[in-house]
Amino acid sequence: MFSSLNIRIGFFLAKRQIRRSNPWTTVLIIFVMFFTFLNLVVVSGILVGLIQGAIDAVRTHYTSDVIISSLNNKTYIENSPEVLSIVKSIPEIEVFSARYLDGGTLEANYKTRTNEKEKPNTAVASITGIDPIAENEVTNLSKFIVEGEYLAPGDYDQVLLGAYLDKKYLPIDSPGFSALNNVEPGTKIRLKVHGVEREVTIKGIIKAKVDELSMRVFMVDSQLRSMIGRNDYNVAEISIKLKPGTDPNIVRDILKLNGVDKVAKVQTYADAQPKFIKDMVDTFALLGNMLSSIGLVVASITIFIVIFINAITRRKFIGILKGIGINERAIEISYILQSFFYAFCGSLVGIIVLYAFLQPFMSAHPIDFPFSDGILVAPISGTIARIALLMITTIVAGFIPARLVVRKNTLDSILGRN
Amino acid sequence: MIEVKNLKKSFKDGESITEVLKGIDFVAKSGEFVAIMGRSGAGKSTFLYQMSLLDEPTSGEILIDGKNVSSLTVGEKTNFRLSDLGYVFQDYALLPEMTALENVALPLLMQGFSEKKALEKATEHLILVGLGERLKNLPSQLSGGEQQRVSVARAIAHEPKILFADEPTANLDNESSRVIMNILKELHKEGQTIIMVTHEVEYSKFAERIIHLDDGKIVSIDKN
Repeated sequence: MFSSLNIRIGFFLAKRQIRRSNPWTTVLIIFVMFFTFLNLVVVSGILVGLIQGAIDAVRTHYTSDVIISSLNNKTYIENSPEVLSIVKSIPEIEVFSARYLDGGTLEANYKTRTNEKEKPNTAVASITGIDPIAENEVTNLSKFIVEGEYLAPGDYDQVLLGAYLDKKYLPIDSPGFSALNNVEPGTKIRLKVHGVEREVTIKGIIKAKVDELSMRVFMVDSQLRSMIGRNDYNVAEISIKLKPGTDPNIVRDILKLNGVDKVAKVQTYADAQPKFIKDMVDTFALLGNMLSSIGLVVASITIFIVIFINAITRRKFIGILKGIGINERAIEISYILQSFFYAFCGSLVGIIVLYAFLQPFMSAHPIDFPFSDGILVAPISGTIARIALLMITTIVAGFIPARLVVRKNTLDSILGRN
Repeated sequence: MIEVKNLKKSFKDGESITEVLKGIDFVAKSGEFVAIMGRSGAGKSTFLYQMSLLDEPTSGEILIDGKNVSSLTVGEKTNFRLSDLGYVFQDYALLPEMTALENVALPLLMQGFSEKKALEKATEHLILVGLGERLKNLPSQLSGGEQQRVSVARAIAHEPKILFADEPTANLDNESSRVIMNILKELHKEGQTIIMVTHEVEYSKFAERIIHLDDGKIVSIDKN
């Protein structure tokens, strides 16, 4: 059926038909195929990128590449100084940030509240003690200051307030979710941790799309340590940023080999992702594929119509080809090759636009979704699979109309009879 | 040699059946030049289409060099047309996207010739019909007479046993018609079997025999 001779003749015919067809028609068809390609790759890429943006943000601004955190039955990592010395000894580690963590309450209107029965303006939060410089090197926390200033190492009784603890920034109004009213940088609030109460000043407001940041209160580690009496220097979290190109799994395994997993959870950023995030990635990928499949159907109908019109208007010439002895298969192959050409050119233009422009542009300028900075996720393997799918669909959509016309009676085709 | 036995062809149009060929018996020897004439609707072209395997007869047999070709499958008929038959159509039937050279080379390529060899042979035949200077021209860049000469070159390039011509001069002016007829005459001199449908008496004189058809039957045979 698809003998080399038929393929050769099919190629000969297709090449001449494409070369001498109306260039605007060819450009238009390639344009349609290009948009189909984008529809196939970009729609699902953005949907997955929406979640990937959130995952990347958690990695970049919270867990970093590897995170060591307290065991489930502990509020701190036992022998933290020893763990930290192990961390410091691993050459693949670029920088790390150790955090103290404890639950606390914030009260804002204690000065203005005159009536005992008046509802206090309080909020519950995770109080995080950090080394401001190390933290900024690891998570770039200062980038998220929307009001006021970032912490300095010597700041005393100063805190950064997560935006979700400020009613002004809270996206939801839920009775179970408390936030402070009428606070801003410079406002004094009362902080209570472990029964120790201290008046602190809000130095800045932190607003990020990573909830762990927007729902916390940050203060200098030595301040929190003194409040909670952590004289053993046991921290609750250590976020570790690795040197570029280092596989986080390797560092995680080194830490485990050194026994860190006996006193803490040692996870890469991927291990630390909640299962629902992974499920969401799969869900959005599925949704993207469903939307893309509509694009694929549109593309196949387009190619079907284009080839059908082409074949119908060339019915006489198809008859002549058969009349002079050209094999039907060779004629069909010529149409398959034309379809392939359109799909190939559309995909080629699509690949160039995708990888040379769209993906770098969206990485530099992510889409500002409410809960993440959406990027375009288009792995090469997935793109190749989609191109293959587009090719197969297009080839089938090109073959069917060609077959319908080619199988008609030779003489009827030549004479234009029905 | 081509031999036609009791050839019938009828067309169905709804309930009515029109019998166009009503049992034709005919023989043309190898190297013979036969002209088929008749008034419009006599069945000349239909007869040619049946003999040239472009159409399926309703009944009857067609034997070429003793082989019953009317019983071949569609694919076998295509192959037979490619190897043994050549066509010159009234409206030239050239492929518009191909140059004169490519039009002539195409059947040769289908026969398995290499592209180089096919183009060489096609060039030779285009030179033979006087179009050596127009090899790269598209059909739209050629006059009617030139297009018909390309059609002749395509029909003979693969050296067919029988050359069928369906009113090859119908769309041409007198000068171009004479050029085409002279080419056919030369081919016949070299031993080419030619069966030509024409309604022009002047050109029927180029043939050795003239078959007159009327109402789907051979009514007379004249020798020149």
